[in-house]
Amino acid sequence: MKNKNRRDFLKTVGTVGATGIAAAVGGDTSVAGQSPAGSPAGRVLLDPAGGPVSHAYTFLTAPEAAFIEAAVDRFIPADDLTPGGTDCGVAVFIDRQLAGAWGSGDRTYMQGPWQKGVPTQGYQSPLTPAEFFRAGIAATNAYCRKTLQKDFDRLTVEQQNKVLQDMEQGRVTFEGTVPAQEFFNLLLGTAMQGFFADPIYGGNRDKAAWKMIGFPGVIAIYSEHIKTYRNKKYDVEPKSILDLS
Amino acid sequence: MTTRLREVDVVIVGLGWTGGILAKELSEAGMRVVALERGGMRGTNPDFAIPQIRDELKYAVRNHLMQNPARDTLTFRHSPTEPSLPMRQLGSFLPGEGLGGAGVHWNGVTWRWTGIDHAARSYYEQRYGKSFIPSDMPIQDWPMTYAELEPYYDKFERTAGVSGKAGNIRGTKQTGGNFFEQPRDRDYPLPALEPSYSQILFNDATAQMGYHPFPRPCANASRAYTNPDGSRLGACVYCGHCERFGCEANAKGSPHITVIPKAMAQPSFELRTHSWVTKVMLDSTKKKAIGVAYTDVSTGEEYEQPAAIVALCAYAINNVHLMLLSGIGTPYDATTQKGIVGKNYCYQPGGGGVTLFFEDRIFNPFMATGAFGIAIDDFHANDQFDRAAMSALGGATINVGQSNGRPIGYRPVPAGTPRWGAAWKKATAKWYLRAMNIGVTASNMPNRYNAYDLDPTYKNVFGQPLLRLTYNFLENDKKVIGYVAQKAAEIARSLKPASMTGPGMLGDYNIVPYQSTHNTGGAIMGSSPGNSALNKYLQSWDVPNVFVLGASAFPHNSAYNPTGPVGALAYWTADAIKTKFRNRPGLMT
Repeated sequence: MKNKNRRDFLKTVGTVGATGIAAAVGGDTSVAGQSPAGSPAGRVLLDPAGGPVSHAYTFLTAPEAAFIEAAVDRFIPADDLTPGGTDCGVAVFIDRQLAGAWGSGDRTYMQGPWQKGVPTQGYQSPLTPAEFFRAGIAATNAYCRKTLQKDFDRLTVEQQNKVLQDMEQGRVTFEGTVPAQEFFNLLLGTAMQGFFADPIYGGNRDKAAWKMIGFPGVIAIYSEHIKTYRNKKYDVEPKSILDLS
Repeated sequence: MTTRLREVDVVIVGLGWTGGILAKELSEAGMRVVALERGGMRGTNPDFAIPQIRDELKYAVRNHLMQNPARDTLTFRHSPTEPSLPMRQLGSFLPGEGLGGAGVHWNGVTWRWTGIDHAARSYYEQRYGKSFIPSDMPIQDWPMTYAELEPYYDKFERTAGVSGKAGNIRGTKQTGGNFFEQPRDRDYPLPALEPSYSQILFNDATAQMGYHPFPRPCANASRAYTNPDGSRLGACVYCGHCERFGCEANAKGSPHITVIPKAMAQPSFELRTHSWVTKVMLDSTKKKAIGVAYTDVSTGEEYEQPAAIVALCAYAINNVHLMLLSGIGTPYDATTQKGIVGKNYCYQPGGGGVTLFFEDRIFNPFMATGAFGIAIDDFHANDQFDRAAMSALGGATINVGQSNGRPIGYRPVPAGTPRWGAAWKKATAKWYLRAMNIGVTASNMPNRYNAYDLDPTYKNVFGQPLLRLTYNFLENDKKVIGYVAQKAAEIARSLKPASMTGPGMLGDYNIVPYQSTHNTGGAIMGSSPGNSALNKYLQSWDVPNVFVLGASAFPHNSAYNPTGPVGALAYWTADAIKTKFRNRPGLMT
């Protein structure tokens, strides 16, 4: 199983829902967390409570989860700075956000009539963010199948990067209701939220993103440090809400 | 079924800074005051307690302390010829909701506006001639001078615990303060905060170039402080979670820890939360308000609250919305330029700032406060600054703050860096601690087409028309930003960064990215019913027992943040109600 990706593994096991499978996989992050296209093998991560990392999904279907894991691993590739996006919990973060209030359109004016508008008028889709994501994933995969004969998560890393760059630059047009560039921006923005938010939301595991940049987290009493750390690095182990709760 | 309640002296719509000040002042004077707040009750403990309050995703990204646009929002377009569409999610600005309003989640920058701001039309006509003012720019003087308002600015600074350094005390220039400020009666109640490393660099560079740097006044308490009302503020700990958050240390001057508790201690004051005012009720003459209609949004019950005085103290945008929904004054029509209510909407153009990257300097951007900063006013408050060279009215401050290093929102990388992938990661890891910003904050002059009216299509949850905003940045704004941004870039270059990004050009207004919660105008004050909705006491010319407080009264927007005069004018209006209107109700002169 080491060389198979998430989707192959799920196929091997059968057609059980993603949540059940991931729960059954449990801590085997060498399977569940592995990038599909040959990036460094998933490492065994421990969540802050000391247990193995879970890749259980509540909103995303198995093919959708495979898409998101591949995308966040391209956005945040594993290197000497941090593990890849999936191993940092970014896919889990996105899943929980889509399953939760934000994904359902909380704090969003959802009444019609609906018109496209111009970009400076902001989000005008009749879809909730969760529905928008679902349609965006389907549209990206349809585009990939049409042009490269495979779903996004089955492409090589180079092909995945190219597809994402084309979406980012507005060089591709999707069939259906979701504009490629708009979906890209929402996908990237949500992934970055997951990478940098407090680990209570499932991303930024082990505060990897905060350690990468030197953000010390939520303790933040700098009455004296504002003077003593002028032009001087403040090196501390970051503290999260999760650590203090 | 609507329940009609017993009449009170004053009903206040919205309990933030202006409502809180009015509630305290009028209830202490023995008037029976009811405040209706559409949001919930909240306080420092437990609502702003650590560690939960330090949640960037919840508060700074998902906007949990703000107005919920699912219930009520506005529609937006650039010009009257375009379709207006709803602002479906908050972005460009963040109106508050809940006890304390936006006064809970503001940053705390607390200016006194300039002498030029108080006399906007007169200044330009006298110095540059009438033809210098474009015919589609309806600027006008404030109906009171800076000198008249000075004691009220002082009172607000004392209440909010403002840290700063005076530049001019009764005509005598003070070293270290703002060289261009108008005379003050006395210094700020608290000394300036400790500057960040970036602010020290900016201070020294601008002084070297002959400019006049000074610490920006801010309601982040530099030390523990007890205000004249006995409200106690803690000392700021530079935590970097100010804007969009409540302060767990009570170090940010906020109404929920100052004026509101004082009002609540008065037996003649009553607060009702979750109470959404849908309309000001007028009598058959339409010249007198008889109270307000509201819905308890926790039960759905509808009420009428009769009152002798109605004070609109909601967010600046919502005040104008309520006036238009209630038929107070004549709605403005940009095509004919007739009517008043809705005109002179202004905002705050940005985009002229620069980000500097240094290989060998460490800025620790997370050691931050909402409002501390070093500014120069040489291109704004300075009345000798030659606007003809810029061929535009107004100006801009250049400043270095350091309001947060929260990583979802703040991740500077040099120009040309990809937005994701290995190169992006490397650059983000390298530059997060090694970048600083120089900001340019510009004034905004009114234009005949930048205005509010009611949207013909979209409705809020009460079935009422949404407010419609027609707005864009215009030629004057682009000239101001273009001119002052070059000065900011010169300052930046003098610091010899490894690289820098910006300044950008000011393009079309975009309602998506956050810029500032400095929405002004729409219910403007002036010298006559012909040029304004409100007189000098923020009293409606048309319905004199309605007062409309807040930045909706400003005929233009300064390069300064609005809260200083918002607070000062609330005290000014409270005084006028207590000493004049109460004894002789009617239009005050």
